[in-house]
Amino acid sequence: MSAVLDPRIPGGPVATAWQRCREELPLISPSNKRRLRLLVVGSGLAGASAAAALAEQGYRVRLITYHDSPRRAHSVAAQGGINAARNDANDGDSVERLFRDTVRGGDFRAREAGCHRLAEISGAIIDHCVAQGVPFAREYGGTLATRSFGGAQVSRTFYARGQTGQQLLYGATQALMRQVAAGRVELLSRRDMLELITVDGVARGVVCRHQLSGELEAFTAHAVLLASGGYSNVYYLSTNAVKSNASAILAAYRRGAFLANPCFTQIHPTCIPSGDPGQSKLTLMSESLRNDGRLWLPLRAGDDRPPAAIPEPERDYFLERQYPAYGNMVPRDVASRRAQELCLAGRGVGPGGRSVYLDLAEAIEREGRPAIETRYGNLLEMYERISGEDPYATPLRIYPAPHYTMGGLWVDYQLMSTVPGLFVLGEANFSEHGANRLGASALMQGLADGYFIAPATVTAWLAGAPQPSVEADHPACRGALAAVTERIAALRARGSGGGSGGGRRPVDAFHRELGALMIEACGISRSGPALSRALVELETLRAAFASELALADHGTPIDPELEKALRLEDFVQLAELMLRDALSRQESCGAHFREEHQTPEGEALRDDARFGHIAAWEHVPGGEPRCHLEPLQFTAITPSTRSYR
Amino acid sequence: MSRSIALTLRLWRQACPEAPGGFETHRLEAVSTDLSLLEALDQLNERLIAVGQRPVGFEHDCREGICGACGFLVNGQAHGPRAATTVCQLYLREFEDGATLTLEPFRARAFAPLQDLAVERTALDRILEAGGYCSVNTGSAPEANALLVGREQAARAFDAASCIGCGACVASCRNASASLFTAAKLAHLGQLPQGQPERSRRAQAMVQRMAAEGFGDCSSHLECEAACPKQISADWISWMQRELRRQGDNPAAARS
Ligand SMILES: Cc1cc2nc3c(=O)[nH]c(=O)nc-3n(C[C@H](O)[C@H](O)[C@H](O)COP(=O)(O)OP(=O)(O)OC[C@H]3O[C@@H](n4cnc5c(N)ncnc54)[C@H](O)[C@@H]3O)c2cc1C
Ligand code: FES
Repeated sequence: MSAVLDPRIPGGPVATAWQRCREELPLISPSNKRRLRLLVVGSGLAGASAAAALAEQGYRVRLITYHDSPRRAHSVAAQGGINAARNDANDGDSVERLFRDTVRGGDFRAREAGCHRLAEISGAIIDHCVAQGVPFAREYGGTLATRSFGGAQVSRTFYARGQTGQQLLYGATQALMRQVAAGRVELLSRRDMLELITVDGVARGVVCRHQLSGELEAFTAHAVLLASGGYSNVYYLSTNAVKSNASAILAAYRRGAFLANPCFTQIHPTCIPSGDPGQSKLTLMSESLRNDGRLWLPLRAGDDRPPAAIPEPERDYFLERQYPAYGNMVPRDVASRRAQELCLAGRGVGPGGRSVYLDLAEAIEREGRPAIETRYGNLLEMYERISGEDPYATPLRIYPAPHYTMGGLWVDYQLMSTVPGLFVLGEANFSEHGANRLGASALMQGLADGYFIAPATVTAWLAGAPQPSVEADHPACRGALAAVTERIAALRARGSGGGSGGGRRPVDAFHRELGALMIEACGISRSGPALSRALVELETLRAAFASELALADHGTPIDPELEKALRLEDFVQLAELMLRDALSRQESCGAHFREEHQTPEGEALRDDARFGHIAAWEHVPGGEPRCHLEPLQFTAITPSTRSYR
Repeated sequence: MSRSIALTLRLWRQACPEAPGGFETHRLEAVSTDLSLLEALDQLNERLIAVGQRPVGFEHDCREGICGACGFLVNGQAHGPRAATTVCQLYLREFEDGATLTLEPFRARAFAPLQDLAVERTALDRILEAGGYCSVNTGSAPEANALLVGREQAARAFDAASCIGCGACVASCRNASASLFTAAKLAHLGQLPQGQPERSRRAQAMVQRMAAEGFGDCSSHLECEAACPKQISADWISWMQRELRRQGDNPAAARS
């Protein structure tokens, strides 16, 4: 155990921990809040909700985002829905049950108290979003509709057609714009955060590069909130937006914020497979398709007949065969692993044998095409646009793709990182999903963090540790600005042809290479030898990036290649941490599958005695990153083995 | 089936807002029709970068048709020829081998040019800022099911709410009006009980701001509806015009 990490989890029973904690948090009067400035990085569900809620309380907030408009944050792409324990379906759901599902879903690698708090807050999130005008799906009688999602046994997922994330985000960004109109929020859009400013070890600001003017700017505040999203783009191809990045969390890491469980990443089973090397992203097909679709592959490897020509007895409905009880509804990691295994064994279909069929034929026959169209129309249209194939006539082809990162900056129960005054929200923190996230729980967590938790805990921090004001001419700001100036100059120097390789390779070429390396070694399945090899290959890549990068200066301040190069540098540093973390976690848990640690049936083999902890990595300037452990205690639920057979 | 085609791209190039712009022609040989048009631009850019030239600037992010970041004219059409499709979802299989595509930025008084195919569309956000929300503070919401909203009513509100703010409606309108954008937000909130208390004020404020930002009026040519990647109906514009004639904010009117 490390003496450095204090998760500040309230003692006593888990079920009342948040209530007791909240009642004791110190407060600040509204008139004093007006004198306090906050910086929020990110306008996704987590950032927009936090900025709006804090501004409503009177704080003066500045919101930084790389987008032109806050409405474009990648939360906009979430399709399926948001969980809440409201028991609207009268099917026995409760806070207790959502709490237990979250802890179990995370394979006992998350804090009980945090999971319980999420479940408690979930209902209020729906109330608030409805009041904002989010057009959730309704029953005929006018009450909210729910669906069962991702294999949950209860119907607790609230949704707005296939665009839940979009509608929740618009609710949050509209609340934000209301605060902009009120003069309490200042939008600082089109800025890349590149550095964290600390004064006496406390987070007091950030340095950004303005994407239009190219200028570097320092912004200061009494506290800083990072809500910059996940890092799935370390794999190059993922379901994230092309510009989603890890730069904000890496800047914090380099200034002393620990990064927790970086190797916990989720690979989603139902994505549209990649076809061409020039493909730039992978697109998710909502998990709900597995409710009606059956996954299969031809029994015989190399069977290249069109799917319709393959008779039933020669098809292998592999999930139904291996998991008779859950069938196609097994958790994401299990479905992804089984699909990948078979493809690697040469049984896959489509270009390069890199996909499996998801077949709706039976559902269409059972319920008729119109019913399926109503349910999945938009999704199937999108599939047709991207793949050029008609999903009503022929089975869809799908393949797993990196989708969500459970790892992220370590935070305590109050969402504060190891840098005092630096709070981390949403997917950017390592939070409550343990080693595997349940479907429809990320939206819930982002909004819980932003609307309800951070407003209470940020206030408590500022009340307990009043901060002197820091202006932009403070030496810490000047130092941080100088560091970024130097970093950009160094990239430029090697990128403008000064390198020995002549500087002819664009950033994307390196990113593709990094992605291939990471998905191979640190994707669905990992092993000691492959991870060690990848660490060596990463060094080669780093060296090539230093000598062969093409990054000419065209004298225009708008410079997307520079933005990409900065992001890639950070992804490379993160990749190293992920590989180290995966290497040192010698067990399989949730989405982290180490081939050396599996049951005879090929299922994950957890090792609670040696690895029942959170691994938090500390940056050591000039040295190797140092790992600190936060042991996990389970008092409300006894750790058990997930079993879907 | 995947094939390879050759394309000629006539691109608008403009290094920065102050610089003069003009067309530049590039040829792409043997690009896979499984790529999107943006991915074809990526390939062109990699080629330009390798020889030290400035890559083509264009806006994009999600590349799955939902963030609204992408958008330019393809042969004069906002987001290109395919209906209900953003340009990031436009695949090369839509085009014939040997086709010439002219790519130009959205042009409108309220959209300042930035670089090549990219323009500034934050004027749309300022229309929302003028009133595109329900004024509710966090923590003060009533129980969600205390407000009943019929299924059809929720669906109609959703249809209007699905606008992604890409600006195609503005770019395709001869008056460069943002009427469809503004009407969509008014219709989203104005049809729900939550939106009633501020309904008239919202309409007045957003429409005024639209004009102040330099967007034109609607003269009912309906090009906006045809260009909208989310197929938002231009009927909402007439709905908005009726809305502007409403007197006062009357909760009872909501259910009409
Ligand atoms: C395709 C898809 C579908 C999903 N579906 C679901 C679902 O159905 N249910 C569910 O619960 N979850 C779902 N998820 C997960 C969920 O959407 C995300 O985890 C969540 O929305 C993340 O929200 P966020 O606020 O943390 O980050 P984001 O929404 O990613 O926002 C990040 C913000 O940070 C800004 N930013 C990032 N880096 C910088 C920087 N360096 N400088 C300045 N600004 C920066 C960005 O501009 C952006 O505003 C899905 C995810 C994907 C990708
Ligand atoms: S890039 Fe997001 S809609 Fe086209």
